[in-house]
Amino acid sequence: MATDQLLLEVKDLKTYFFLEEGTVRAVDGVDMVIRRGQALGVVGESGCGKSVTARSILRIVPRPGRIVQGEITLHRMRESKNGRTVTEAVRLTDLDPMGVEMRSIRGAEIALVPQEPMMSLSPVHTLGNQIIEAIMLHQRVTKAEARERAIHMLDLVGMPRPSRTIDRYPHELSGGMRQRGMIAMALCCHPSLLIADEPTTALDVTTEAQILKLIRGLRQELGMAIMYITHNLGVVAQTTEDVIVMYMGKVVEEADVDSLFHDPKHPYTRALLRSIPRLGQRTRERQRLESIRGSVPDPYALPKGCSFHPRCAQAIRGVCDREEPPYVEVGPAHKVRCVLYC
Amino acid sequence: MATSPEAGSSLPQNDLEVAEELKGEEEKIYVAPPWRLMWWRFRRHRMAVVSAVVLAVFYLVAIFCEFVAPYNPEQFFIKYKMAPPSRIHLRDAEGNWHLPFVYRIERSRDEQTMRSLFVEDTSTRYPIRFLVRGDEYKLLGLFKTNVHLFGLTVSRDEQGIFLLGADRMGRDLFSRLCYGARLSLSIGLVGVFLSLILGVILGGLSGYYGGTLDVIIQRVIELIRTIPSIPLWMALSAALPPDWPVVRVYFGITVILSLIGWTWMARVVRGRFLALREEDFVLAARLVGSSEMRIILRHMVPSFLSYIIASLTIAIPNMILGETGLSFIGLGLRPPAISWGVLLQEAQNVRSLALCPWVLTPALAVIIAVLAFNFVGDGLRDAADPYAR
Amino acid sequence: MLGYVLRRISIMVPTLLIISIISFVIIQLPPGDYLTSYAAQLRTMGDIVQQEEIDALRQRYGLGQPVYVQYFKWITGILLRGDWGQSMEWQKPVRDLIWERLALTMVLSGVSILVSWFVAIPIGVYSATHQYSIPDYILSIISFVGVGTPGFMLALVIMYVAMTAFGLNVGGLFSQEYLAAPWSWAKVVDMLKHLWIPVLIIALGSTAGSIRTTRANLLDELNKPYVETARAKGLPEGRLVWKYPVRVALNPFFSTVGWSLANLISGETLVSVVLSLQTIGPMMLRALTSQDMYLAGSFLLLLSTMTVLGTLVSDILLAWVDPRIRMEA
Ligand SMILES: Nc1ncnc2c1ncn2[C@@H]1O[C@H](COP(=O)(O)OP(=O)(O)OP(=O)(O)O)[C@@H](O)[C@H]1O
Ligand code: SF4
Ligand SMILES: [Mg+2]
Repeated sequence: MATDQLLLEVKDLKTYFFLEEGTVRAVDGVDMVIRRGQALGVVGESGCGKSVTARSILRIVPRPGRIVQGEITLHRMRESKNGRTVTEAVRLTDLDPMGVEMRSIRGAEIALVPQEPMMSLSPVHTLGNQIIEAIMLHQRVTKAEARERAIHMLDLVGMPRPSRTIDRYPHELSGGMRQRGMIAMALCCHPSLLIADEPTTALDVTTEAQILKLIRGLRQELGMAIMYITHNLGVVAQTTEDVIVMYMGKVVEEADVDSLFHDPKHPYTRALLRSIPRLGQRTRERQRLESIRGSVPDPYALPKGCSFHPRCAQAIRGVCDREEPPYVEVGPAHKVRCVLYC
Repeated sequence: MATSPEAGSSLPQNDLEVAEELKGEEEKIYVAPPWRLMWWRFRRHRMAVVSAVVLAVFYLVAIFCEFVAPYNPEQFFIKYKMAPPSRIHLRDAEGNWHLPFVYRIERSRDEQTMRSLFVEDTSTRYPIRFLVRGDEYKLLGLFKTNVHLFGLTVSRDEQGIFLLGADRMGRDLFSRLCYGARLSLSIGLVGVFLSLILGVILGGLSGYYGGTLDVIIQRVIELIRTIPSIPLWMALSAALPPDWPVVRVYFGITVILSLIGWTWMARVVRGRFLALREEDFVLAARLVGSSEMRIILRHMVPSFLSYIIASLTIAIPNMILGETGLSFIGLGLRPPAISWGVLLQEAQNVRSLALCPWVLTPALAVIIAVLAFNFVGDGLRDAADPYAR
Repeated sequence: MLGYVLRRISIMVPTLLIISIISFVIIQLPPGDYLTSYAAQLRTMGDIVQQEEIDALRQRYGLGQPVYVQYFKWITGILLRGDWGQSMEWQKPVRDLIWERLALTMVLSGVSILVSWFVAIPIGVYSATHQYSIPDYILSIISFVGVGTPGFMLALVIMYVAMTAFGLNVGGLFSQEYLAAPWSWAKVVDMLKHLWIPVLIIALGSTAGSIRTTRANLLDELNKPYVETARAKGLPEGRLVWKYPVRVALNPFFSTVGWSLANLISGETLVSVVLSLQTIGPMMLRALTSQDMYLAGSFLLLLSTMTVLGTLVSDILLAWVDPRIRMEA
């Protein structure tokens, strides 16, 4: 699989929520690149802006949120007149979020598997109705063909007896089945980028493992890129090759999975890794999992300087609480936002 | 690979320790008591605040109606049958400025229609004075006095002031409206209070004990609600003996109105009980062995008091409307009782309505009161529980 | 589904039976009966009333019997022979008096509820999707005032305005020449011409209320994840709103159609009295004041039956539109 072709570029993305109580800087200067077929993990504590980043890419940031700055560029494959496929760069940030072009990308080029499978399907429409709708929206097929494809897709995601399940209502399906349905819906138009926003948080461990396996398998089969959002580093290790770590709306470290796990640089990343239980490790008595000191600061009042400094053990007084640390390269494709590595 | 996937290796989310260092100065958040938080939230609802002020004025008028009304409501001015509202002037015919005054009213008769015509005689001015002496009454039923909020200083045979005009018998509508406020506005409060008692008892029993009792009470509620309310009210109030004195009819009507009102209250109370029964602090209280009644009183009642107050506020307008409607069609309060509904009886006839449209002002009073209660209720509900919707 | 409907109907029967008892008891509550008030009325007009005559009449109407015997006769008459008793005031069988009035009441309420939905749903959807915009603000205030204004007062105001501004008398459902006429096509047309004012008045309150519920329900639904899913598919916003959240937000409408009908009928009673419409309201008022008990009792029972049927219809509708409930059923 060619993973050198650019698929999506995000440059200095800022998405703020303007509330009565103040402005929430949910995404505050995020850069990232996703290549064709790449699997990128996005990790961070709850509230660090992972979902808002995903919604910004899809241009479905809910009100009162707004993209205030930055560029998102999608390199889209198109059939040119002479039958060859060419790539064409579309700047998503310039499009009308509800306009025709953005809608033709949403769901077709970039698809979303949301966080809560329980709530993400309409309770009063059948699963089939909702999948067929997605297919007919982006592909010129008859209803019968769309239904065929939907059944095929459900089969592909391992839905038991797809030709019957397709006519079921969501409340007749288990959580795992619903999430398979959601994945089928996301994949039915063969997107080049699948954004999976914590697709397994609401599921039990066994179902989670099945869904993860499914996503890995489908990625091999369909050759799409995946942006895998999670706060579960274990899942990242299994599913993706590259990882970015987010904290308070910023990317604080990015690396390939191996470097990140074996040589984490940013104090936050290290703290994250320390808070994970390891199977090989013998649990001695009294040994507790370390959790990160402090809690996520108030989103309305970001700390000055490095936003992690109130919780950072290695913070340098007079430096970290003054200036924003630079983003430095510490290895091949390994970057970190911390003064310690300057 | 450094980690094992199946070990539930999630990042800690909410259980991050609260670090000691964070308790810096800016971290000291003042935690306001709940009632103050409620007040803050209520204050944000501007219409509700305005409405609360309007209601306060209405109730003050109702309480002190003898003082606010310039005349006795039964006092009729033979000369001024169906007189239009008095025009209050600040400037006389010559263009000189004065304190507020009214002109002398001359009555004449239209030869063709035989209708009374009222014309201002601009040569005689009667100044409007505040705190004037007039009919004697007992303020709050206690203090004998004859001071009225405003009025004319001349004898009423000479001239009267009719802010809202006079009715067919020449009675001052404004005075009657003030007296009517007393019955109309209090019937809402008393009725809601009765509904509350019934609703809390039955809804509480239903929600707290559940089981058969719950089923029975719920069935009764459904049954009562199945009968359309106004026809039911009509049938019940038709059963009040016509020779009853005003006070008894008043209470009869209140009871009839609460007969349906309690079902809504009971539903609210029951719902809250069901929700609260499952909550930890009740379980905790039960575990330490508090008696059931103590559990109810100490823990459950306060926590949904705010809901009840909000629902009460929303229930009052229905009562007011019920009384008005019943009295209007002659099944509720009857003259000599004065309520807004009774006053509206004057408006029943299209022809008299066309002649003196000011008899509709009680309707305006009702609508304003009802709207104000709705807004205040809305504000209270939001203040009590901003997440309820 | 059929089983569900049958089960609902079987619950309905005892409910109706109890309501018939309640209706009858309530109608019996006033001291005295039709004949005492009739006699009193005659006396005030200066007639001499023979006690024997009254007693004979009382015998004939069965008024001297114990209440439960009277009830039993009444209800068996209704169930077995469709005989709702005799109206003492009109000197006619009740069944000759009620059906036309009931039908007119149904037409009026039905049309009003449809009108209120047709107006309220689009407005409510607009208000919710444009929350906090100026039109939303204005519409909210209007609907608040609408909720707070009782129909009969609106009727008074409209009557006054029509009278003074246009010299029209808007009362009644028929023109003078059709009042007593038998039903004909022309009479129906005439009725439709008169219908719109009462419909507007009666529909106002429920329209305002429906706008508020639509708006509130839709605001809740608009933030649900399934709406985002639909948006992430690339659906156009308008189609999306109507297909998903509106569809879910309207479920409460179906579930409350019975109650709204009851409320409409209830409010309509007073409006009809003001506008002197040929519906149940005015006749029932008269029957109540003159203690014409079989007539009044029959109206009370009929109105309640309509509510019960209304809730049945709304439950069936709800089961039909909401798969979650269909399952339980
Ligand atoms: N609709 C919204 N209105 C206001 N603030 C919002 C909204 N959505 C998100 N935010 C804010 O944006 C910030 C980032 O939220 P986001 O949902 O991206 O977090 P996340 O990283 O996905 O967390 P989680 O792991 O809990 O899903 C949070 O502080 C949140 O308060
Ligand atoms: S910049 Fe300073 S505070 Fe921030 S992570 Fe690095 S050392 Fe810690
Ligand atoms: Mg999220």
